[in-house]
Amino acid sequence: MREITASGQTVEEAKENALNQLDLTEDQVNVEVIDEGKKGLLGVFGAKRAYVKIQEKRDLVSEGKSYLQNIALEMGAEGTDVTVTQQGNEVTYELIGDRIGLLIGKRGQTINSLQYLTSLVVNKDQNSYITVVVDAEGYRERRKETLENLASNLAKKAMRLNEEVQIEPMPSFERKIIHTALHDHSEVSTYSDGKDPNRRVVIQPNNLS
Amino acid sequence: MKPLIETIVSPLVDHPDYVEVTVEETDRKVRYHLTVHEDDVGKVIGKNGRIAKAVRTVVHAANSNTNKKVYVDIM
Repeated sequence: MREITASGQTVEEAKENALNQLDLTEDQVNVEVIDEGKKGLLGVFGAKRAYVKIQEKRDLVSEGKSYLQNIALEMGAEGTDVTVTQQGNEVTYELIGDRIGLLIGKRGQTINSLQYLTSLVVNKDQNSYITVVVDAEGYRERRKETLENLASNLAKKAMRLNEEVQIEPMPSFERKIIHTALHDHSEVSTYSDGKDPNRRVVIQPNNLS
Repeated sequence: MKPLIETIVSPLVDHPDYVEVTVEETDRKVRYHLTVHEDDVGKVIGKNGRIAKAVRTVVHAANSNTNKKVYVDIM
């Protein structure tokens, strides 16, 4: 992280000097005024220059990108590229490469772990929370379809057996897909049961006797 | 595998210089011992071991092409 101290006749000028030296704009840095300076008599006698300290802000979103790239490389998925799309408070990292299967893992457990670890890096000592999504080859969309099918099949099963049906434990964002899929269903309702990481969705027939 | 663990863990902690991984290897097992600064232990274990679990999942995935069983211990 770069940091410099610069001076000028006024605080504004000092700030401008510093930004020119670092080749950055004002929103990329933290500014600390060390000395406001004094104009002095006729701008000559007793004049004191203004000093400011400029510190480059950490770009946590791009740190998340290099974090994923480094891990992919060390995992043996050489040449994995990462594209970043940011939308409001949500950042999506899309992994592109030849060894995506390795990075997704069985039932997405590897990609989910990578997503969790990346969100820790991106949200490290930050006040506002950024939602991190790690995706690869449309995995999240495909998984959503799979879960919606699973939800409708298990809803039928619950109705047929007239008893509660438990789904295997999954992370919160996947449980949400199941809840949403069955939200408008007239004959079953859903709730989650257990503690993470073993929290699971239970489908319950409405007219359970 | 050692650099992988360091790559995963270092950005999570406040004292990356203290991250250390040692290896203990036998015929069928590889055991990695991860040590971090004492203030950072919580940052690599997490609530209910959630971070530790994620680290292990990624390490296991990277290890899937070998036959040896891998363990990651956090001291």
